[in-house]
Amino acid sequence: MGITFRKETFRDDFTFRNSPEHIRRFPFPFHEDSYMYAVNIEPHVVGPKGSVLENLIDVDEHYVAEMQDRALVLAEDPLRCQSLPHMTLAGWDLLELLMEQQALGYPEHFTLTRDGDRWRWINRPLGIDDTFTFGDTSTLPYGPMEYITRQSQGDFCILDQRDGNLWMDAGMVTTQADWSLDFDIGMNFFEWHAPVPLAHEKGIFIRALKFLTNIQQGKPARRLNWTMTINPRLDTSPENYHKWGPDRTTVTPENVGDKVHLRVELQSFWRLPRSNGIVFPIRCYLIKMDELVTQPKWARRLHRVIRDLPEELATYKGLTRYRPTLVEWLLKLDDGSPTSPGFGPDSVF
Amino acid sequence: MAAKSIISRPVYGTLSPQAGKHHLFVADAEGALAIIGMAKNAPAGFFDGAEIVFIPGPDGKHVGSLEALKPAQFHLAPSFASLLPRLKQTLTNAHMGLRLYLSGTEGLIGQAMQVALEAGIDHTSMQTEHRGSLARRMQCVHCKGITENVTTQPATCAHCGLLLLVRDHYSRRLAAFQGVCINAEDRSEIPPMEEIFR
Amino acid sequence: MSTGTTKLDVVVSDVVPVNDLVTRFHFRRRDRELLPTFSGGAHVVVEMRDGERTRLNPYSLMGSPLDTREYTISVRRDDVGRGGSLFMHRSVKPGLEMVISYPVNLFSLDLRARKHLMLAGGIGITPFMAQTSQLAGSGGNFELHYTSRTASLGTYADLLQQRYDRRVRLYHDDLDERIELDRLLSSQPLGTHLYVCGPAGMINWVRDRAAALGWPAETVHFEHFAAPQPGAPFDVTLAVTGKTIRVGSQQSLLEAIEAAGVDPPYLCRGGVCGQCETNVVSHDGKFIHNDHWLSEEDHRSACKIMPCVSRFEGKSLVLER
Repeated sequence: MGITFRKETFRDDFTFRNSPEHIRRFPFPFHEDSYMYAVNIEPHVVGPKGSVLENLIDVDEHYVAEMQDRALVLAEDPLRCQSLPHMTLAGWDLLELLMEQQALGYPEHFTLTRDGDRWRWINRPLGIDDTFTFGDTSTLPYGPMEYITRQSQGDFCILDQRDGNLWMDAGMVTTQADWSLDFDIGMNFFEWHAPVPLAHEKGIFIRALKFLTNIQQGKPARRLNWTMTINPRLDTSPENYHKWGPDRTTVTPENVGDKVHLRVELQSFWRLPRSNGIVFPIRCYLIKMDELVTQPKWARRLHRVIRDLPEELATYKGLTRYRPTLVEWLLKLDDGSPTSPGFGPDSVF
Repeated sequence: MAAKSIISRPVYGTLSPQAGKHHLFVADAEGALAIIGMAKNAPAGFFDGAEIVFIPGPDGKHVGSLEALKPAQFHLAPSFASLLPRLKQTLTNAHMGLRLYLSGTEGLIGQAMQVALEAGIDHTSMQTEHRGSLARRMQCVHCKGITENVTTQPATCAHCGLLLLVRDHYSRRLAAFQGVCINAEDRSEIPPMEEIFR
Repeated sequence: MSTGTTKLDVVVSDVVPVNDLVTRFHFRRRDRELLPTFSGGAHVVVEMRDGERTRLNPYSLMGSPLDTREYTISVRRDDVGRGGSLFMHRSVKPGLEMVISYPVNLFSLDLRARKHLMLAGGIGITPFMAQTSQLAGSGGNFELHYTSRTASLGTYADLLQQRYDRRVRLYHDDLDERIELDRLLSSQPLGTHLYVCGPAGMINWVRDRAAALGWPAETVHFEHFAAPQPGAPFDVTLAVTGKTIRVGSQQSLLEAIEAAGVDPPYLCRGGVCGQCETNVVSHDGKFIHNDHWLSEEDHRSACKIMPCVSRFEGKSLVLER
């Protein structure tokens, strides 16, 4: 069995699509008909079979295509992957975590064999079979963080914990929602979140930091975040904003369903054992409006959320230009009937 | 100073004498006044263990007043680039107990801090005081080029020519504010350029 | 997060007397799997089931983080304490099944350091055993200065000198050997970080001198678990759960709350991590604060207490639990 990996692109001709099963497992982020920031952090435990939480590190039908897109981004701009000198140990921690989790969840695709510090890693979808010495960087083609995150979906930030704060001192960031690792590397938790409106005033980050610095080994946590993207583009970096920004002017009532995508980040937080750092995987899920509205509850709810979103948030998330067109399109799918509580579509797994 | 800003925007204080064995001052132009002001509160003999490195402004002022503090070492430099080798050497040979004081323009404070961070000094342990120009060092997030002495909003990148919004978001590692294309979505929108960082 | 950390079911695999005061305990997993990886400076909380009574004490892991087949801790016998160390010394034998917490690190190395300068006093040597192993394994630059009362009470001093030679310096109180602290602190290269673990007096002395000599606070790391002190019994009302409990003279307030079936969160049980911080609803009497977590202002205003190490004397105490 195993996953059938799609051949698709996240640029140029944008052939990205979700299969019907993947539409139903999409992590829809709104549990009610409105949205405001909250410290919505919960324990990262395994969820229902068939959901994106079936495994703590999720691999899906977009895996191979996403890894190809990442390789293209890195070839253009190697600064998307950086690690300050003291973070190598944390990189090994991350390599162990991702190899173990992927091998555990998808044994038909990944195999990890350990004999002391002699490790063998087989990644069948990408055709990789490497034997290396754990802890010895010279035995891998890249540093440990870069090596494993070229083979793992989602962005990864590694945070060093010191002086009661978290410091973004390493990361692989190629599928980000408009923030720059190259600019933010070395910043503390409050500094790299500085541009986020409203949440500072609400004390959100102070409470979130207190929670995150107390994350314990073996007890990861998670939260969802969201934004919207025009075209299924993974690389919406500030570096390339002048290249993808014009997409936002191309939305018309005729193409909303195909062009506008809800972009959901499943963020999880894990204590790393050797370095005592925290890794923060940011897994990005895209769904186009045509796909999303196949679930009537989601269509109704998304209409209400986008319509009522505070102006500052709409600006921060870059929706201003096409929000009226989107709301008008979604209105036709909202008969005003109530939505059931919870995230899932009305037809549950 | 900008009234309402964001958390990553550096906040400068007022220099004050710290406990320590050695004191290294790096200042430019009106930054000298911050050192002279601090000297009034310094304990006797404080400058016996001090080194002052000073880049005078175009008016050439304050050199005499700084010399009058009688630091153990006094060095004049024509530019930051010219004092860089000396600063790096001093920090390489320094011991714990060295305290760093930076005063003057944001560009000077930021660049000296960048060198000190690389030498292993934690940024929270450095004393800073802003004096003089508010002109910004700006990194273009698109081409990564640094433009010095930016005074306008928006500003043109000296390297790639894009019109950039100069954000308050600041990187200590780069010693620069972030510049992001202001009309990326529609290049025909050209907002007026105002002189605001003086 | 719920109470404390994930638990590990272990069996005592060895008990080794080290000297007159210190005994070493080895733990393996009951399911024979490897134990979780940890970082130098981490501790585990050991649950001691002593008849009706359960004590939970934190101990630094002292083995190499590179070898997780077993965990080792060293326990110094405290004849006037609340009995945790005496229980370990008298009742814990090889083969005993015990429960310990996942490792938690509140005394982590700052891996940015150009050099790690470590100062240990007495049993405060244990976290450095793991940290030096970790650093030696990765070519880290460290220097350890270790003070003990006598050579025979210098737990693991021989082993450390054998492993690290001149990177370890020993000082013995009975020979009047003292660290030349000011000279040591003034001769360290820029970018050095300082770590100190030992008796409270030593920690305070080192921190004071480091501050006076211009070491920024971010470069000075210390760990001092306050052991809960015995004291007069007292009564407490738990407002949220509506229970009234008595804290025995050899029991900590946290242990008494737990014995009543209420489980506040905890990590260190030594007044350091802040997890069990509890609001005071009302009181008539005086607090005996022993923690390193609350501010002086918090202590003065009597609005909060750390039940893991602090006590109370007086007529009545109502807590928000």
